[in-house]
Order: sequence, then C-alpha cells, then structure tokens
Amino acid sequence: MPEVVTEHNVERGKEVLKSQIDAKIASYFSSCVHCGLCAEACLFYTETGDPRYTPIYKVEPMRRVWQQENTFWGKLGKGLGILKEVTEQDFAEWQEMLYESCTLCGRCSMVCPVGNDIAYMIRKSREAFAAAGYTPEGLQGATRRALEIGSPMGITLHTLEAQIKHVEKATGWEMPMDQQGADYMVLFSSMEVVNFPEYIEAIARIFHQAGRTWTISSKAFEATNSGIQIGDSGIARELVSRVVNAAEELGVKYVISPECGHAFMAIRWDAPNLIGRKPNFDVVHILEVLDQFRAEGRLKVDSTTDERLTFHDPCQIVRRGGVVEPQRNLMHMVATNFVEMPDAGVMNWCCGGGGGVSAQEETEELRLKVFERKKRQLNAVKPDRLVTACANCRIILEEGLEHNEMDLEVIGLTELLAEHLAEGDTAAK
Amino acid sequence: MFLEFVEGPLWYIALTIFVVGVVLRLLDVFRSGVRTDLAPPRREGLGGALRTLVTRSWTAPGFTRGAAFHLVAGYMFHLGLFVLLFFAAPHVLFIEERLLGFGWTPVPYWAFILAANFAFAGLILVWLRRVMHPVMRRISTLDDHLAVILTFIAMFTGCMALFQHHDSLRAIHMLTVEVLMIYFPFSRLMHAFTFAISRSYTGAAMARKGINA
Repeated sequence: MPEVVTEHNVERGKEVLKSQIDAKIASYFSSCVHCGLCAEACLFYTETGDPRYTPIYKVEPMRRVWQQENTFWGKLGKGLGILKEVTEQDFAEWQEMLYESCTLCGRCSMVCPVGNDIAYMIRKSREAFAAAGYTPEGLQGATRRALEIGSPMGITLHTLEAQIKHVEKATGWEMPMDQQGADYMVLFSSMEVVNFPEYIEAIARIFHQAGRTWTISSKAFEATNSGIQIGDSGIARELVSRVVNAAEELGVKYVISPECGHAFMAIRWDAPNLIGRKPNFDVVHILEVLDQFRAEGRLKVDSTTDERLTFHDPCQIVRRGGVVEPQRNLMHMVATNFVEMPDAGVMNWCCGGGGGVSAQEETEELRLKVFERKKRQLNAVKPDRLVTACANCRIILEEGLEHNEMDLEVIGLTELLAEHLAEGDTAAK
Repeated sequence: MFLEFVEGPLWYIALTIFVVGVVLRLLDVFRSGVRTDLAPPRREGLGGALRTLVTRSWTAPGFTRGAAFHLVAGYMFHLGLFVLLFFAAPHVLFIEERLLGFGWTPVPYWAFILAANFAFAGLILVWLRRVMHPVMRRISTLDDHLAVILTFIAMFTGCMALFQHHDSLRAIHMLTVEVLMIYFPFSRLMHAFTFAISRSYTGAAMARKGINA
C-alpha cells in the first residue's frame, strides 16, 4: 500500500516536476505571456489583493524546471549558473500557494487568453510536492486515515451502519447492503455520513419511489479521494481501486458519486486514467441520476416551495465535471422562486474550501476572508435558503455564513427534493 | 554595403533561425506527449478544441469587465501589428518579391498611420501595466520585457523608414526585424504559434467533460 511522503526530498520533487511536463504543460508554458488575467478570476487574489496568489505564479517552480530543461536560454542559464535551480526554500514557500490558496476550482482555466488549463498545471505541480514531502499536515493526516481506515475523517463501516439504522427506523425499510447485481451502487462522503445523514435517507426515499435497485457496498462506501487532493497518483489509485473492485464484484451497472465535488472528479474522470482502463460500470453523479429519474417520470413531487432559493455550483461537479443543467432542472421542479446568483453556472465562484483547503486548519483565516466573494454573490440575490450539491461546500458555506452572521440555511439538493417527494409514491414517514 | 548585408546574408540567416527555431520549439512541445484520456467522454474533443481556439479570442461570460484592459490594449496592439506586418505597402512588396512571389493590395497610407498608432498605443499600454501593476511585476520575467522592447524598436524603425525614404533607415529597420526574428523562437513570442496548441488541448479536454471552455 502506498504511503504519504513526509520526509523532505527536494531532488525527488524536482525529478517529479520534470516528469510531469507533458505536451500540454509544455504548450501552456510556451504560450503564457504573463498577462496576469488569471489573477482576476481567482478569489484568493481578488479578495486579498496579494499578487502571490496569481494562479500562474503558483506554478512558478514547475515553470522554472520547464525553462531549464526545455528552452535554449534556460539550459544556457542553468549551465552558466545564472539561473537558480528550484531549492528547498522554494518548495517550502510554494507549498502554501499550491495547497492553502488554491482550491483547484479551475476558474482561472476558463479565462486564460491562450487557453492554459492552470488548474491542471497546479494539480501536476502537487504531484511533485507530494513526492517531495512538502504537503500540509492536515492533508497528510486525512490521506493517511483514508488509506488506513478508509475515510479521511476516520469513520468506519460501523459509523455508517449506525446511521443506516436511523434511516431504517425512519423509513421502515431495510437498507440494501452488498446487493449483487443491483442497478446502482451508492457512494457517500464521510462528511455526509457524519454531518448530513439526511442525505442517506433522501437517497433511500428517492430510489424507493423510482423503483430502481441500489446497494451500498460494505467494502467501499467512501467516495472521497485524498490522493487527488494531496496530489499523489499512487494513493489516488489505491483509493479509487477499492471502489472499482467493490463495484465490479457486485456487478452493478452504475456507481453514483455523492454530493461531493472532488469525489466525482476522482471516480468519474480520474479513475479510468489511474487504473489504466475503463471500469465495467458507468459513473454518474447523483444530480445526473435524479435528473434522469425526473425525465423518466420516476421522480415525482407533490409540492413546491415559493421560498427564494438559489444554487451554489460546486466547482468540481460543474466547471470541472460537466454537470451544469441537471441541478437547474431539479431546482425548477420544486422551487417556484429559483434565482441565479451572478456568475452562476460554469463561472461560479468557489466556496473557498475545495481542493483540500478545508482539510487544513491553518487556512481558516484566509478561507473566511475569501468568503467575501460568496457573500457578495449571495447579497446580490438575497435568498431565503441556499441549495448546493457538495457536502464540503456546504460545511464551508455554513462556516462563512456563521462568521458573517448571515441567517441563511444551507441544504443539499437531494434532501430538498426528498422534502417534496409525492406522498403516495413513498412509504417514508 | 550595410543594406546589402542586412537584406542579403543576414536576412537568410535570420529567416533560417526563425523557421528552424519555431519548428524545433513546436516539436519540443509535442515530444513530451499526452496520455490518452481513458474516461468515457460526454462528447468528442475535436469540436471543443476548434471551439476554444476561436472563443478564447474573447472573454468568458461575465468576465468582460475584469478583462477590459487586456481586451482593449491587447486588440489594439495585435490588430495594429497584424495590419502593419501584412498590409503595409513595403511589406506587401517585400513578401511578393522575397518570399511568396505574389502579393495583395496594401492598405492606404492613412490606414497604415492608424494601425501604427493602435499598435504603439497598445504595446505601450501593455508594457506600462507590466511595470506598474503588482501582479504583473510579480510574474514578469526578463523575457517579457525584452520581447516588448525588441518589438517596439522594430515597429519604430519601420515607421521611421516609411516616413523618411532613406536607405540607412531601411537597413536599420531590417536589422531590428532580423534581431527580433532570431530572438523569436527562443522567447515568449512563440505564443504566436503555441496559443493554438494550448487552446486546443484545453478545449478538447473540457469538451470531453461536457464543458464549453
């Protein structure tokens, strides 16, 4: 089993930086004219005014390695000793910029005039920092727990089983565990199991109404992947393989990614590349499943709300994951007064806690500062309730709202739908 | 003598370095390769690559205000330079006689003046921002400044040569252009070619995920 690297090894880091330079990265560095426009797209810059948070500057160590390995002047400068190689001090300094002030939200990648996918460059840079042991302690701990216990928050199957018992008591139904040949295998994030178990009940009620078979795997119920966040592909592969193996053993047709941004990215977009093949099942986000049920008439509601509701688009599900319309279809299904925040959709602003930022206690002050952007977005529409589809976003949003003394409830979209499920179609009490 | 040198041997040396250098740089980009994406796509990447190649010429939805300076100054410079480079009468003649064997109708003198003003104003604005804005100061390298200075000098000597029909001015302009051409493949000026590659890579990757980047 891979392990989290904690010993500092700069040479190893530099080697991995070199190895991460593919044709994309080479074209990106060749194209970058240092226009600085990416800064205007990054909430860490716009809310602090600190130029160090300019997205392209966050990959400066990788640029220097690329320059010294791939360009004439760089090779010459390195040979003559004019250009300084990336040092231990650089690794230490850039660790903060890569992990504490970047949520991998990818907004910068949407505005770069030469088309650089800076989030991709940052993700690649993290690989080197993880290999060199320059990663935040909070993320190291979460990753270690994910590897050893199976969850970044340290929850076990017993914790899930305890929550499932509550759901069984509330619904009167037995929850399907390890059901061979079920249509769907449902994954959860630790955050949902611990903080938002109502999501589990909502899933049970919706699937009961939809009449589709589903199951939870006792071997792999955790969807999150700390390996992706810390930037260690070996660990990411190990974690994602657990899900793939469990789902293939059960022979399910679909694996459902929960209301969690990076989990969707890990299992839907990264998993095949990590394990080197397409799994024997399709991966869908819960919002896609719900929207499909809606379109097929399997998801029925018997009430709507006239509350003023708005939706926070989680970056990894929407901008980086491609799920844009399902949540809007579903919101319109139950909310007669659904309003969009400025920049909603693929250009939405991050909550400030994605990409592993929320796993680091030391980022709290910065997180709360950059929350000003979300505050302005919310103040522009003044909703009665805020809906989202990511448990991590939800925690960060609640934290920011609390800090700013904004009296606004945050709810998951799946739960919102479950609130309005047609009575006759579900036995839930 | 000097004019003969810059219009003869030095021109061919500069042209060779430019062409070979650009080709080698492009080969260097592709040499690294990209792993095939094994994740089942929502749609094929080619359409997205072509789309992003075009759409990144403008700003993302709702981002026009944040990019206003870049749009105005950037387009002033690039459009002005494009007109100067390919539609100034002496350049059209040079392209016809020395490069392609055919030419096209150049822009009238007033349009040349207008294009030159736009190009100079755009370049100066972009450079002023580079030296004044904290973000630009933080991320700019020597290469960024050199590229601006060499481009400015080439444009300036070109205008001088056109205003004063004098062989020595023409020779100086040729020399500065040749210096710029020799510098080009080794510099950030390569973005004139590689922007198409980077836009296409990102457009394709995002399209596979179902996003119009």
